[in-house]
Amino acid sequence: MRIFFHIGRYFLMIKYTFSKFTKWSVLKKLIFQEIEDLILGSIGIVAFMSFLIGGVVAIQTALAIENPLLPGNLIGFATRQSVILEFAPTLISIIMAGKVGSFITSSIGTMRVTEQIDALEVMGINSFNYLIFPKIISLLLYPFLITLAMFLGILGGYIASVYAGFSTSFDFIQGIQLDFKVFHIIYTYIKTILFAFVLATIPSYHGFFMKGGALEVGKASNISFVWTSSVIIIINFIVTQLLLA
Amino acid sequence: MIEINKISKSFDNHKIIEDISATFDKGKTNLIIGQSGSGKTVLMKCLLGLHEVDKGDILYDGKEFNKDEISEVSDLRKQMGMVFQGSALFDSMSVLDNIIFPLRMFSNMSQSKMIERAREVIHRVDLKDVDNKFPSEISGGMKKRVAIARAIVLNPKYLFCDEPNSGLDPKTAIIIDKLIQEITVEYDITTIINTHDMNSVMEIGDKIIFLVEGKKIWEGNNEEILNTDDKLINDFVYSSELFKKVKLSQKK
Ligand SMILES: Nc1ncnc2c1ncn2[C@@H]1O[C@H](COP(=O)(O)OP(=O)(O)OP(=O)(O)O)[C@@H](O)[C@H]1O
Ligand SMILES: [Mg+2]
Repeated sequence: MRIFFHIGRYFLMIKYTFSKFTKWSVLKKLIFQEIEDLILGSIGIVAFMSFLIGGVVAIQTALAIENPLLPGNLIGFATRQSVILEFAPTLISIIMAGKVGSFITSSIGTMRVTEQIDALEVMGINSFNYLIFPKIISLLLYPFLITLAMFLGILGGYIASVYAGFSTSFDFIQGIQLDFKVFHIIYTYIKTILFAFVLATIPSYHGFFMKGGALEVGKASNISFVWTSSVIIIINFIVTQLLLA
Repeated sequence: MIEINKISKSFDNHKIIEDISATFDKGKTNLIIGQSGSGKTVLMKCLLGLHEVDKGDILYDGKEFNKDEISEVSDLRKQMGMVFQGSALFDSMSVLDNIIFPLRMFSNMSQSKMIERAREVIHRVDLKDVDNKFPSEISGGMKKRVAIARAIVLNPKYLFCDEPNSGLDPKTAIIIDKLIQEITVEYDITTIINTHDMNSVMEIGDKIIFLVEGKKIWEGNNEEILNTDDKLINDFVYSSELFKKVKLSQKK
């Protein structure tokens, strides 16, 4: 039954986040700061991970279909499908739940335990809006990060399969272009936007409502990761059922 | 002047504050004293509206502090300053930005005017060469001063300090206490201070409220507190060897 309490309080938090706005000149600065911390600060790890994952996906596919009767462009096609539909949006989001999510929970949690949030409230500032709104806005740029992951994932697949001799450059590129459905891209970006919202808000919730001291900030980050990644997986399942099945 | 009328607060059916009534005077340092865990912080947070009271009234200069009327509460909030137990400075901002923060939020001053005003209060709390330092780079005593500077930068009518001198050496503690008292008199502020430090009580106890387990059991000033017969107060006051000795020497 506790779960309903948390869900209710989570949605109340979202409601407060979009009420009683902080001065725009102040919010603007906060948003730029969050873009720097959450988006630009994640480019490195996202690029690195997606490139290697793309490579692994291509090699795995090649090894699984070592049958001369199957067309040569299958590796490129399979790599594109797995990277765009699943690895770039979902796997990267779970990695981000660890990176960005624990950063958000621990920074808000620290502000909670050191009474910085109370200090905001005493001054009459809506701390939900002040702290969470800029995070949500900056994560509107999250689809760019995922687009980058798609490109680099496919590039990684290309390099791995061509240089390891599993596929020719021509076959791979033909595979990438094969049977391209715009709807798949729409599906991916719908997921991505939902994941971005989850990445901004669930870790904020765990930071905001934590109790205790420095030790509990660490625990809250752990719990926050478990919840954020689980919710991402659940949303992934539901959206896939609704849109693709 | 702040009046509270029979306020109570519980957490999870556990009564923390029970039926407390009191008046806190303008231009005076009003102390709330009591052992650790007696409910001082909770009482102060109720006064500030950070905790909603279960029942009772809180009046700021006769006006009811009612959580429902948001615009009025925000107006009132601009007249309140608070120094938290752990200073609660924003660690992501420099000292100067911490002090400017309330101005940036609530005034229409230009950047140079804001800096000018911040410098004024920095000077008032005797800070030097800290403008561009971050909270993690300054000492505990300096943090308290920055917190006081931030709390008074908007010229508040009401100042709240939660154990402003805890964690400081006795000398610095008294300097901070005196600073708060001077500011209180100078700007005619209604100041409320939580403390369990007997030195503070003696130095700046214009008016004292004594809490035991969430109940007010005594009120008076720093002269009366030495001469009362109340057993609980005597236990508190004379828990320190120093004060016991002072008491004995007075009797002789
Ligand atoms: N948010 C809360 N939820 C539940 N219980 C709380 C909460 N805040 C305080 N309490 C309880 O209220 C009691 C009084 O706490 P409070 O912090 O007011 O004490 P204090 O007098 O300020 O002590 P100290 O001098 O150590 O700061 C404690 O038993 C504490 O556990
Ligand atoms: Mg306290």
